[in-house]
Amino acid sequence: MRREHIEKSAAEIAAQVRSGRVSAAEIVEETLAHVDLVDGALGSYLTVLADAARAAAVRVDERVRGGEQLPLAGVPLAVKDNMCLDGTRTTCGSKILERWIAPYTATAVARMLDAGAIAIGKANCDEFAMGSSCENSALGVTRNPYDPARVPGGSSGGSAAAVAAYEAAVGLGSDTGGSIREPGAFCNLVAFKPTYGRVSRYGLIAFASSLDQIGPLTRTVEDAALAYDAMAGYDPMDATSIDRPVEATASALREDLRGLRVGIVREFDTKALGPDLDRIYRQAYGDLERLGAEVVEVSLPTAEYGVATYYLIAPAECSSNLARFDGVRYGLRVEGNDVRAMYDKTRAAGFGPEVKRRILIGTYALSSGYYDAYYVRAQKARTLIARDFAVAFEQCDLIACPAASCPAFQFGAKSDPYSMYLMDYYTIPMSLAGLPALSVPCGWTTPADGNLPMPIGLQLCTPLFGERLLLGAAHAYERATNHAGARQPVLDGVRA
Amino acid sequence: MTAGYEAVIGIECHVELRTRTKMFCGCVNEFGGEPNTKICPVCLGMPGALPVPNAAAIEHIITAGLAFGAEIPAFSKFDRKNYFYPDMPKDYQISQYDMPLTRGGAVRYWLEDGTLKECALTRIHLEEDTGKSTHAGSGDGRIAGSSYSLVDFNRAGVPLMECVSEPELHNAQEAIGYLESLRRTLLALGVSDVKMEEGSLRCDANVSIRPSGSSELGTKTEIKNMNSFRSVERAIESEIARQIEVVGGGGRVVQETRGWDEVNGVTHPMRSKEEAHDYRYFPDPDLVPLEIAHERVELLRTELPELPWQRFERYTAQYGLAPKQATQLLDNLSLATYYDRVVDASGNAQQSSNFVLGELSRLANETGVAVAESSVSPEHVAELIALVEGKRINSKIAKELLARMWSGAGSPAAIVEREGLAQTTDPAAIERFVDEVLAANEKVVADYKAGKTNVMGFLVGQVMKSSRGKADPAIVNELVRKKLT
Repeated sequence: MRREHIEKSAAEIAAQVRSGRVSAAEIVEETLAHVDLVDGALGSYLTVLADAARAAAVRVDERVRGGEQLPLAGVPLAVKDNMCLDGTRTTCGSKILERWIAPYTATAVARMLDAGAIAIGKANCDEFAMGSSCENSALGVTRNPYDPARVPGGSSGGSAAAVAAYEAAVGLGSDTGGSIREPGAFCNLVAFKPTYGRVSRYGLIAFASSLDQIGPLTRTVEDAALAYDAMAGYDPMDATSIDRPVEATASALREDLRGLRVGIVREFDTKALGPDLDRIYRQAYGDLERLGAEVVEVSLPTAEYGVATYYLIAPAECSSNLARFDGVRYGLRVEGNDVRAMYDKTRAAGFGPEVKRRILIGTYALSSGYYDAYYVRAQKARTLIARDFAVAFEQCDLIACPAASCPAFQFGAKSDPYSMYLMDYYTIPMSLAGLPALSVPCGWTTPADGNLPMPIGLQLCTPLFGERLLLGAAHAYERATNHAGARQPVLDGVRA
Repeated sequence: MTAGYEAVIGIECHVELRTRTKMFCGCVNEFGGEPNTKICPVCLGMPGALPVPNAAAIEHIITAGLAFGAEIPAFSKFDRKNYFYPDMPKDYQISQYDMPLTRGGAVRYWLEDGTLKECALTRIHLEEDTGKSTHAGSGDGRIAGSSYSLVDFNRAGVPLMECVSEPELHNAQEAIGYLESLRRTLLALGVSDVKMEEGSLRCDANVSIRPSGSSELGTKTEIKNMNSFRSVERAIESEIARQIEVVGGGGRVVQETRGWDEVNGVTHPMRSKEEAHDYRYFPDPDLVPLEIAHERVELLRTELPELPWQRFERYTAQYGLAPKQATQLLDNLSLATYYDRVVDASGNAQQSSNFVLGELSRLANETGVAVAESSVSPEHVAELIALVEGKRINSKIAKELLARMWSGAGSPAAIVEREGLAQTTDPAAIERFVDEVLAANEKVVADYKAGKTNVMGFLVGQVMKSSRGKADPAIVNELVRKKLT
């Protein structure tokens, strides 16, 4: 199978399409042929938009010929299936929306398309973005391109797998407590969650509104910057989007870290992650220092309450956000003798166990008599966690820490919900504080239950609106280390 | 009311605000239309759609709060009220829980006899309206026995003001006075059409009773389904009577929601407190907290018009109008404004009221054209009043002139001048008419002298007729009487 163009970065593809050396149509044909070949086994996509992608390519080629300098000209895009794209099936990985056709397009998606990207398909995810392995999708299994016996991570697992397997150059994910960063780390990608409010949530089907944030999954830091620059900025359709100028990040990519102070979190002791990961992270922190950064120790004393806090706030919001899936206006309806019975049967049949669990937890946390003890306390804890970061950032410009506590695991390995929740231990605190954070490949480890080395992600995080610094620093680290290039995904031997 | 008990009533109103667009989306906000034609992903609660607040609606609430003297906190927020209902698109309503846009204040109102009263407000907050369900297959549109229901979401997301009064009303008349004043005020502010028949004003009443002189509140019931002021009045009276009967018979009032049955004139139980929803209010994470700028509030304060109760006081205390006249004027804002212009031009409040509420309103009813929209200018009415007051014309001519002015005849002074319609007050001239009439009606004169004094009116009428209505009737009367005796 020829993969002449699609293994290139989004930046390279767009440059070639802009220059006319290759057409968007050729990129799309090569991508679709590749998807045809590998996706039966990988399951990145729930819906492949072959016809729409071909039509979009024609328009992009016309715009390029018309002289438009499209930053993402012809770049194949995987859209997580919790983002609306007008006229396409948008399922959230749930039976309740299995046949729902979105009547409008999410702002972030529209901006990517406007920048020249071409939506190849809607990518699998944990149902309503609730999960860390994609195993909670009711509509299909997605495999990790670096070891098909393992999960791609989640909830944006389909987007991550698609980009890792060259089925797209950019994947759009949504991150509520780590749903971009963790699958990005599992799939050897750059995985970036911007500051809350930087990218519009309009058209992103809500899980937890105060935490959800759209961001890119890419194979290079530069691609993440290009995608972010295309998507970021105020949207009058989202009252929580921030009306503040966006400074381009693609022009802020650095080659070193001189003059920067990097904080290592005392409470995130990597020894607890085993000797292999401990070595990888120590090496990574050392590399940051070698790039010119001053490494300092900082403290996030309340970060350990992140998971507990998150699992009150996120379910509380989701219990309300998911109420609308009631069978009245759209989506699945299972008839009953009266409207109450219809609600009960529809939601019983339409939602999977994890979604139901979180709706129950959230309903309980908001109930009269429990509200103060759970929801209000969780909000107070959230404030304390954000304050911890503010204090830490008085001593450093960036924080470096693990993205996940382990590499991609085998299917079924985390059957206990709580062990799955702990997957987001290192990513949740940043989400609660609304901070921009990303995962960048930092090494490989061969898990005890396998024989293929699996990627590990280093998480970097800055204060609010620190995207230029964040992507700039990640770029310096990526260029100096190039961990991502150490292995290729398993594509040729993959069979369903 | 039965002696020994006092009723305590609080009113909760929902008022649809008049704005160009809905509360959280760009759909047009107007009543009616084909079902489901004024909808979009946002007001349908489509997956992924987000609300963006309507600044005009927020200002309407603040304006209303200022009119009622409420406190406008610097900080407010929207909360979600969670419950499942088919006509509520998101299965939660965006509302306000513990930080409403306004707190306190009072509605000043008056009773039929002109007594001014006041009822304190608890709060006014802003929320979104729901869609509307239609139940089919049961024959009578009721949900019981219906085979299916249809939902129209045109109304979903219309900005809705909730205005809650303190329990400070004590009978149905006060409740109606309160509601009338609230309605008039919101109309005067231009924040709502306040049409009960179109559902842009809906209200519930909390009713309890207690022994006269007690300051404790009794157990209340909440009365719903009242669709006119008349039904509010009847429902409250009926519920007070029911509670007195229950307590008088040794029973206890149960806290519950009761529905008003218009046909049978009674309230009946709908649901008890035990069935009350746990709405699980929490701050809406899709919306940022509202910071209300002090300068903006002060600007809105300066833009407040004269309020209906202020006008009522002006009309009664300053102008000396009867409460009924003042109320009639205030029932029709454009008429009241017209009246004010007539008073400004004429300086005669009572005569202005007589003309505006009398002949002009009669003509308006007859022709279906509002007085303010008619071709009669307030200045011309003032001219007419001056002609009558100056005894240049009598009231009969005035009435005729007004009819011609209604048809576009213009200045009454000019007509009087042109057509020589000025009243004849010269006794010598009038005496000639009297003499002629008496001479021509010898038999009638004889009848009078024989004691049939009621023929006097006929003779006066004949004199007026021969003067073509111009003779001053007072002088005619005087002369006829003098000549007959």
